[in-house]
This record gives sequence, C-alpha cells and structure tokens, in this order.
Amino acid sequence: MSSITGRSAIDELPGGDGRPPLEADRASTGRLGDRIFGGLATGSGIFVIALVTLVGVFLIAQAVPSLMNNNVNFLTSREWEPAGAEPRFGIVDLLWATVTTSLIAMVIAVPLGVAVALFITQYAPTWLSKPAAALVDLLAAVPSIVYGFWGLQVAGQYFEPVAKGVDSVLGWLPFFDYTGTPSAKSTLAFAGVILAIMILPIITAISREVFNQVPTAHKEAALALGATKWEMIRTAVLPFGKPGIISAAMLGLGRALGETLAVTILLSGLNASDAFRSTIFNGGATFASKIALAANEFDSAQKTGAYIAAGLVLFILTFIVNAAARVVIDRRKAFTE
Amino acid sequence: MAKRIDVKDLDIYYGDFKAVEGVSLTVEPRSVTAFIGPSGCGKSTVLRTLNRMHEVIPGGRVEGKVALDDQDLYASSMDPVAVRRTVGMVFQRPNPFPTMSIRDNVAAGLKLNGVKNKKRLDEVVEASLKGANLWNEVKDRLDKPGAGLSGGQQQRLCIARAIAVEPQVLLMDEPCSALDPISTLAIEDLINDLKSQYTIVIVTHNMQQAARVSDQTAFFNLKATGQPGRLVEVDDTQRIFSNPSEKATEDYISGRFG
Repeated sequence: MSSITGRSAIDELPGGDGRPPLEADRASTGRLGDRIFGGLATGSGIFVIALVTLVGVFLIAQAVPSLMNNNVNFLTSREWEPAGAEPRFGIVDLLWATVTTSLIAMVIAVPLGVAVALFITQYAPTWLSKPAAALVDLLAAVPSIVYGFWGLQVAGQYFEPVAKGVDSVLGWLPFFDYTGTPSAKSTLAFAGVILAIMILPIITAISREVFNQVPTAHKEAALALGATKWEMIRTAVLPFGKPGIISAAMLGLGRALGETLAVTILLSGLNASDAFRSTIFNGGATFASKIALAANEFDSAQKTGAYIAAGLVLFILTFIVNAAARVVIDRRKAFTE
Repeated sequence: MAKRIDVKDLDIYYGDFKAVEGVSLTVEPRSVTAFIGPSGCGKSTVLRTLNRMHEVIPGGRVEGKVALDDQDLYASSMDPVAVRRTVGMVFQRPNPFPTMSIRDNVAAGLKLNGVKNKKRLDEVVEASLKGANLWNEVKDRLDKPGAGLSGGQQQRLCIARAIAVEPQVLLMDEPCSALDPISTLAIEDLINDLKSQYTIVIVTHNMQQAARVSDQTAFFNLKATGQPGRLVEVDDTQRIFSNPSEKATEDYISGRFG
C-alpha cells in the first residue's frame, strides 16, 4: 500500500502509547551520511515534481496557440478538423469514448481483481497461491499490441453473442442499444473488456499485496468473535485493504485512460457526419488512439497543437482521478493504521 | 451463563509435530484458572484449543476431548464458528479493528450475529464498555477510532468486544504482557469482576499475577527440549504456590528455573 499511496505505514503508526509518530527531521543526526542521503532523497522528490510541472507547461504552451485559432468551442464541439486556415476541433467524442471504455474496464476489472486477490491470499491452498499469483502477474507482461491482435482476431468473434444478449435484455436503455454496425468487436464495449483484462494484473497485484499485509491479529480477532471466513474477510481484510484497493483501481484507471495500441487496433472510427449515439456498442476514438492514428501527420504547428490540446485534457483527467482517489483515502485516514 | 470446561487426554499437533500431549483438567464455572509455565511449553496452544482457534493455523489439529458442559467441542457436528461465539478470546496484543470506531469495535460481534437494531446495539455497547471498566473514559468519543486509545484502554476495549456477544467462557492469552503496571492492575481488577459471570482461563508469564487473580493454577512444562509440552499439575492456586505436589512446579515458582 505504501508505495502506491505514497504514504508509509510507519508514518501513521503512533510511536507507542499516544506519542506522535516520529518525524523525519527530528530523527536526523546531522552527520555527513545523513545529510548526503537526505539531500539525495529531497533532490529526487524535487526532480519528479519538476518533471510533472514541465510536462504540464509543455502541453499548455503548445496547445494554447492552436486553441486560440479554434473556430468552435473546444470543450463542446464534436468536430475534429484541426488542419487548414479555419481549424475546427472539439473533444466531446474523444472524451466520451475514453471515459466509456475506461469505466467499462473498471466495472469489470475491479471486482474481478479484488476477488482474484482474495482467492490467492485467503482461500487458495499454499501450493496453489504462488503459481496463481505468478500467472496473473504474467498477464501484465503481455504486450498491449498482442492484446489488440488477440481481441481482434480471436476473442472478438465471441463478443457478438454477448452484445446481442445485452441488447435483448437492456437494449431499451440508450446505453446498451446494439445495432450490428460497427460489429461487436469494434465497439467501445469490447475495447473496455480488453482494457479490463489489461488492467486486471495491476489491480490484482496491488490488492494481493495489501491483503497479505493484514495483520494476523486482526484476522484472529474476527475469527475469535465467531466470524465465518467470509465475515472475517469483510470485518478485517477488506476494511484494512480499502485504501489499497482504491489505489489499485486508480492505477488501473490511469492505465486504461492512457492505453493506446490495443484500443487503436480494436475501435472502428466514426464518420464526422454520424450523429452522436450514447450506446456503448458504437465505435469511436479515445484521446490516445486519436493521437496515435494521427502521429505521422503532425505537419503544422496548428495541427500538432490541436492534438496536444487533446493530450492535455487526458493529462488533466488522469490528474483529477488521482486527486479524487487521494481525497477518498485521506478522509478515512484516522481509521487506518 | 458460565459453563464448565472438561479436557480429557488432549494431544495437540501442528502437522506431524506433537506440540502438547496428555492434558486433562477441569475448569469450574465462574472461576479463574491460570496457565503458567516457561515459554514454548504449550500453554497458549492449549488455550487456543478451548475455542478451536488452534485450527486456524495450517496443520493444527487435536486428538482427545474438550467438552463444555458435556458438549464435545470437537464433535463432527460442531461448527467451529459456533464454538467461538460461545467461547470468547482476548489476545496477547490489543487488537481492536483499526478501521472501526470504538462503538463499532464493541458492536462487531453482535453485527456478525445479525443484530441490526440500533437501540439494542447502543445498549450492549454501553453495558459491555461498563463491564470492561472503560465506559467513563470513552463515552464522549465512541465514534473515534479504537486504535487511538492507549494500550491498556485498547485491551479493555478488546475485552468489551469479547463480552458483548455474551460468551460462556472467556479465554485470555497473556492479556497484560504488552501493558504497563497500572493498566495491568486495571485488567486484573476487571478479571475479578468478570469472574462472577464468566468462566475465565488466563495464560500468564507473571506468577504474581496468577497468584493474584486465579482460583486454580495449571503448571505446564516441556518434558525435555524438542519433546511435547505437558501439564505437570493443576491444583488450587494457593496450594500450587505454597505446597505443590511436584518438584518441578516448586522449582519453577520459586524461580529456580524458567
């Protein structure tokens, strides 16, 4: 949990009866080794902050001139004609596709990942838990281009009946209307499914790590009160792991939002003239796939700037997601060890 | 409410390793029995078999009989979860649930039993905290995290949590070993109060504590290094500390070894 939330468990452990936790500065001795290491650590911290700031500054500096030339509202327009003397570009379609695919991925991968982690840490016998964990980790090692190809060539055909099934049950809702064009494997929904598989190992690995850290004392406390295994998990394991699960979900979401190759391969593009449809069984382009598809056409500063503006929105989106996660975690801070 | 414990010819194993052998003893209702003995002699292990917490450790199993008022705890029809609801336990290190408030910690067991009525929960929380001599110290901050209390308060919170489900028996595994003398005194006073309602078994390393709180004392020892632990003798506390029948007991309590 610590490496993910940026907060070490030590920071929050009271130093014995009621004493406040040790603070870094008071623990320092002022010796040479201490100062060198302290300087290195501080420097690394500043370096990372500077890096993020510079990326932000670069994106803004490149995007602003193009945005000034834009002839439609960047935030509300569906058009995407960034070239020419009178550029018109807006992000509504991109934002919709990005958020939809990522949310679908989250809805599938978070419960599944947590369940897999619970199985590995709490239910599986010892001989099985290690190989199972390694196998899930292996999913993370598969390159995203392979997922894209596999989705398109193999798994996609099996998604057709799924899409039809969802349509027949929930098709009356505008979100689940499946018309057959584009075909099921080229839709936002299927891209979301593939994304879910891609972020599953991250979510599982982090959740597993956190569940493993649940102190035996807490688990035994629950069991001694007469909790069944599932009740023990609900009383001791899940609450302890909650900040970790949130971190895991946010890291997964970050990956899903920015994932490029697999999505680019899978999604079928829309024509500029197509009317907007709110169904998940539609094609489209995410921020990342749109930029990737246009990568070899960045011939003018104006055009490049438009795409960079799209990238900036993705950057801000990811930033907001992470900030929100931090707020959620901090609100319960007093209740975590 | 309190029940009698009968242990007969109990052997305890971790996998193939026999940790304790041949324990037989009886604990009367509404009495305090202390388990004493050197480290590693199996007294905590024996304690954990009394509510089937021993099985939680992989490979943990027993042979022999443990009965609560003639009810065999290890009968095949017996659900370990039900046993643990009847026989409560307090651990060596205070272990309140860190994500729960003081109130929720005490109510945790009831909620597991499906009690939802808020009024009843509040009543039980108050009664249990009073029973654990903690009410006056925490009544104004029931919604604060339980982990924010001092060690001694946390341990009394754990006792409140254990008695909130109204068990028949209360097991305590060195409940004062992580506490200072003042907190220890508070817990010992509490044990004296609880005795009127519960059957209590306490493991302790502190022989003065055993002498102060218990009616009956059981002395455990290893036969030899690498051999299983065994019960050397069990008798009235007064007798054990003044005139024990076994030489080993006398050597141990007089500080000649251990």
